[in-house]
Amino acid sequence: MSGILTESVAGATGAPVVSAAEATDVGNPWVNIGIFAAFVLVTLVIVFRASRQNKSAADFYAGGRNFTGPQNGTAIAGDYLSAASFLGICGAIAINGYDGFLYSIGFLVAWLVALLLVAELLRNTGKFTMADVLSFRLRQRPVRMAAALATLLVVFFYLLAQMAGAGGLVALLLGVDSRAGQSLVIAVVGALMILYVLVGGMKGTTWVQIIKAVLLIAGAAIMTVWVLAQFGFNLSDLLGGAVQAAGEGGESLLEPGKQYGIDGTSKLSFLSLALALVLGTAGLPHVLMRFYTVPTAKEARRSVVWAIWLIGIFYLFTLVLGYGAGALVGPETINNAPGGVNSAAPLLAFALGGEILLGLISAVAFATILAVVAGLTITAAASFSHDIYANVIKKGKVKPDSEVRIARWTVVVIGIIAIVGGIFAQNQNVAFLVALAFAVAASANLPTIVFSLFWKRFNTAGALWSIYGGLISCIVLIVLSPTVSGDEKAMFPGADFAVFPLTNPGLVSIPLGFLLGIVGTLLSKEKPHPEKFAEMEVRSLTGAGAEKATAKH
Amino acid sequence: MSDLSTAGPPPGETEYQRVQRSDEFQGLRRAFRNFVFPMTALFLVWYFVYVLLANYAHDFMSIRLGDSNITVGLLFGLGQFVSTFVITMLYARWANRKFDARADALRREIEEGEL
Repeated sequence: MSGILTESVAGATGAPVVSAAEATDVGNPWVNIGIFAAFVLVTLVIVFRASRQNKSAADFYAGGRNFTGPQNGTAIAGDYLSAASFLGICGAIAINGYDGFLYSIGFLVAWLVALLLVAELLRNTGKFTMADVLSFRLRQRPVRMAAALATLLVVFFYLLAQMAGAGGLVALLLGVDSRAGQSLVIAVVGALMILYVLVGGMKGTTWVQIIKAVLLIAGAAIMTVWVLAQFGFNLSDLLGGAVQAAGEGGESLLEPGKQYGIDGTSKLSFLSLALALVLGTAGLPHVLMRFYTVPTAKEARRSVVWAIWLIGIFYLFTLVLGYGAGALVGPETINNAPGGVNSAAPLLAFALGGEILLGLISAVAFATILAVVAGLTITAAASFSHDIYANVIKKGKVKPDSEVRIARWTVVVIGIIAIVGGIFAQNQNVAFLVALAFAVAASANLPTIVFSLFWKRFNTAGALWSIYGGLISCIVLIVLSPTVSGDEKAMFPGADFAVFPLTNPGLVSIPLGFLLGIVGTLLSKEKPHPEKFAEMEVRSLTGAGAEKATAKH
Repeated sequence: MSDLSTAGPPPGETEYQRVQRSDEFQGLRRAFRNFVFPMTALFLVWYFVYVLLANYAHDFMSIRLGDSNITVGLLFGLGQFVSTFVITMLYARWANRKFDARADALRREIEEGEL
């Protein structure tokens, strides 16, 4: 099931550990570093400019709610298209063909859940975090606490995978092979991220994501046209090229099952992953928080429409790039490169445009990690400060200033945790953490979001059962799965306590999360609050009383 | 809920509850759910049909179209992109043309305390 692992760039660290002798001799590390430094410089200037208007909590957490739909949609794409999407999916298609394409589809279709059921209603009812919506008509403190814990865990899993992946990327792109060197780069990435978020707040983070999304999509577009041009703009010839380059058995690249079709268990694992992907996105806290950065629900809708087009078109590019890498670089070269499958896109860039294009693509990949970790960090900071500190500990009696101050401190703490975690996790196979984040989002967050928006009877017990049940079942099942033990690619290959055969818990934990929400609700004797439900329903659909944007500058 | 409206407002009812009971709001809610729920069911079923075919009907998905390297599976996959784009456009068009005006009118009435 190495394919599921490639869904995060952390696969790079999990892939056979690169020895110094194999270090990349492709491209010029200084070009890569130079282009990346230029990106950092430009974004820092923008972040500092954005920071001038960072005063209130709404400024810090939600960028003053002043972004337009297209801006926010681009930022969402920048947040969502992690290095995993770019490097991981290109590599998966290059090596495993059709099956790599298969899961890019889950990542895309998932956005319809956000568009139809979540984005606008959430914008109309909430303030800063997912917990605002979940606790709207339920008992504040327990539900907020549960929702904040789920948020922090999802963000932590995701963050760790990204930071660990940064180490692998360094080996691949900058030729830094020593553990110390990689640790240093992780620390630099973490420090930059802290700076961006601390100074720029949500506004700065959003601009970093917008710039990164434009660079990433433009870079992928150029490469796509370039690849297609080599095959006379004929998709069938491109596929034929990939089949030919793969040699014997290459035909299977065009057919499903190369990766997931090994046996019944691997097929069930894929089904489980497909379920987690399609239902997970609309429950990812850092995605949800982006909907608060626009002034109205209508703009939230426009954001998602923009995001769907950008993300969809980007995944179509990766289809061409993946098969292009297969055809022009060849699977054998890719597998033998440092970073394994994750090196498909950079190697393709080098094959097409030499060091300059490789430098650009590498810098974009770094920028991607930076933008994604910044988005995750501000989400976690908001959740800790707004939900746990201000509402659970201080019971809502707190000045906005001190809430933002706590949020800033949380940013520093999370940044340090991410750096330390990233350094420890490098060369560990932590790629399963991304799959786990999606599974937790789908089994703990989404059921509660949907029930609290649409089910009148839903109550506190239902929310707690669903959040904790989904959360715990996900973690227990992943610990007992072959991604953690009992497999040569597992985190602990030496041990074997893998009693749960699937590599993704979603198939069990998602239905369980929904079921527990229903059972918990029906068993509880809590008195219903029809007046709170009325307020939530009326607000969610009409936008009456929704949080307004702060004054334009 | 609508049967309550003939019985006059119950004591202690909030502003929001009164709006919630109103015909305008009930109509808006119905229109929203009637669009969004079937559409959600549709794309989820279509997605899982696709996933199940790709997972369990390898031979069918591997059929080549004529002499080309394009497979049935690839067309189905691209079909998921097309359907996602189409549903996105349909929803945005519906919401912009039919939903927003009604929701805005209600919001104004609530915020100006006219309901």
